[in-house]
Amino acid sequence: MLPIPTVADLAAKGETPEVLFWVGCAGSYDDRYKRVTKAFVKIMQATETKFAVLGTEESCTGDPARRAGNEFLFQMQAMANIQVLNGYGIKKIVTACPHCFNTLKNEYPELGGNYDVIHHSTFLQQLINDGKIKLEGGGEFKGKKITYHDSCYLGRANNIYEAPRAVLEALDADLVEMKRCKTTGLCCGAGGAQMFKDAEKGKKEINIERAEEALATGAKTIAVACPFCMTMMTDGVKNKEKEAEVKVKDLAELIAEAKGL
Amino acid sequence: MIQSIAFVITLAIAVYFIRKRVLRLRDNIRLGKETTITGDKGQRLKNMILVAFGQQKMFKKITPAIFHFFIYAGFLIINLEVLEFIIDGILGTHRVFAPFLGGLYPVLMNMFETLAVLVLFACVVFLVRRNVLNIARFQSAEMTKWPRLDANLILVIEVILMSAILCMNAADQLLQVRGEAHYTATGKLFFSSFLIPAFENFSNGTLIFIERFAWWFHIIGILAFAVYVTYSKHLHIFLAFPNTYFAKVEAKGHINNMPVVTHEVKSMLGLADANATPPATSGKFGAKDINDLSWQNLLAAYSCTECGRCTAECPANQTGKKLSPRKIMMDTRDRMEEVGNSIAKGGPGLADGKSLLGDYITKEEINACTSCNACVEACPVMINPLEIIVELRRYVSMEESGAPASWNSMYQNIETNFAPWKFSPSDRFNWAKEETK
Repeated sequence: MLPIPTVADLAAKGETPEVLFWVGCAGSYDDRYKRVTKAFVKIMQATETKFAVLGTEESCTGDPARRAGNEFLFQMQAMANIQVLNGYGIKKIVTACPHCFNTLKNEYPELGGNYDVIHHSTFLQQLINDGKIKLEGGGEFKGKKITYHDSCYLGRANNIYEAPRAVLEALDADLVEMKRCKTTGLCCGAGGAQMFKDAEKGKKEINIERAEEALATGAKTIAVACPFCMTMMTDGVKNKEKEAEVKVKDLAELIAEAKGL
Repeated sequence: MIQSIAFVITLAIAVYFIRKRVLRLRDNIRLGKETTITGDKGQRLKNMILVAFGQQKMFKKITPAIFHFFIYAGFLIINLEVLEFIIDGILGTHRVFAPFLGGLYPVLMNMFETLAVLVLFACVVFLVRRNVLNIARFQSAEMTKWPRLDANLILVIEVILMSAILCMNAADQLLQVRGEAHYTATGKLFFSSFLIPAFENFSNGTLIFIERFAWWFHIIGILAFAVYVTYSKHLHIFLAFPNTYFAKVEAKGHINNMPVVTHEVKSMLGLADANATPPATSGKFGAKDINDLSWQNLLAAYSCTECGRCTAECPANQTGKKLSPRKIMMDTRDRMEEVGNSIAKGGPGLADGKSLLGDYITKEEINACTSCNACVEACPVMINPLEIIVELRRYVSMEESGAPASWNSMYQNIETNFAPWKFSPSDRFNWAKEETK
């Protein structure tokens, strides 16, 4: 991995990045999701995308606080972030987290933060469409069964159903859908700040229910596009003791692997 | 003449009760907070035409959608016939439109009969679905005695009303053939003519009695039904239209902003515009009771027909948690009714010591929501239970500081470390220096 420029480095040289990569808290701190961050960085570097990150100037978007009900904390975070982003003159943001994506795209404009925000699934789709990512012969996933778990914050929340699937199609994989997919996709169980507390009393954990459905497709790869879905699906697969055969992977990781990055 | 007077009195009684109830519904909805309806009027109109008038979202489940469409089309079109009933009733005429429409009249009558048969059939199918087939969403915990009875009553009443039309037309046709004065020729009416053998042995006097009885039964039935609807979950037949019009047009992932908080946060950060006036506040953050919700949320509660598609799609509900989005809407409506009734009787109204949060909806329910929008997506009339859940959570977090302990730790982490987990902000960029694991 080449050195990663920060927005501050560029600003010192009087430059602004074409696109800001918003890494997100999971992408920065979670050991599993850091691998996704790096895979995505490698893809951007290989395609010569002029990006930069905020580094230590980045901060939680406030999504979990807003959804749990703490509007004050959400807006404190949002205003601080908007000051930083506007200060650097950021125009375009890409992020690998659907929760950050949704908040930056749909909730920051009312508070004075207007950016062109895209999720990395759409970004990858554009790279493929522009011919910047070419997968001759489909790479190692050719013909293999892959199922895609829709993230609620991409799907229902923002109507992004096709971009992640288009990325998987570029792998020439055999995309098998779960019964509950797209508009009726079952949540992994972590949205709405559930990631940060135990579930209420019930007869089952949501991620187990979803992992069972994914495993029933017979796919050996479960593709995800969200850090929370990643954790929940990985735990679900472990609970079913299938972690040796079935891998949960992000779209960026699949592309990076297929390209040998 | 006597029949005309009796009819006008009946009609007046029905109008009186419907008007009274509609005013109550309006007052109850007005208990909600003012809210700005954002977004493009054209988009809202499009939603109303496609989703309410065009039944677009019903068709996500094809079988019930088809049967529901029979009843819906029947309701829309048979009401044209009711117009004739009302004019006949007032003027003492019989089939007043027949001479004007000529050859078109029998065609229309046959169309109404076809719809009546389809409605009848669909209602029987729905009664079977509700009472014989074990469809989970009709058996959930919130489907207590009254909601189940309400649903069955509506279906049974419709079956009886449609049967009355067919009996009336059968007797009418016989009377036409026998040349009884007053009975204008309609030509053969396909479906009701099957019933003719059952009436053939009756005298003209008996047939006139049967025809008149069925006519009165049908029109009184319809008027009574119209009154009943305003007290029932069946209100969706009218309220689906305003509800889809006023429903949110932003991306589903968007959560409504709180301008009061924006004002305070801006002052705290020294970003406040010196000329800005603070937005009006109810003095409370989030919602504890129905008057803290927007009137649009309350309208949505009256628009709910308790179909339970939301609950059937809810991941929390599917895995046995107490949360049921349908119950959130039913509770909101029931609390509105309670407060409205109390106010009408000169009682304490909202100050009755009860509230939506606590007495109707528990924290355990709202805490279980993953904000996945499955309920919002599923609703055929664009009701948004998630908005109410978020408002209740806001009250719990900001007014009561009563969020679950782990959420309070998450808040603390964000405040001190700018991340929901306990990591140092100075380590945020360390991933770039680490070897790929």
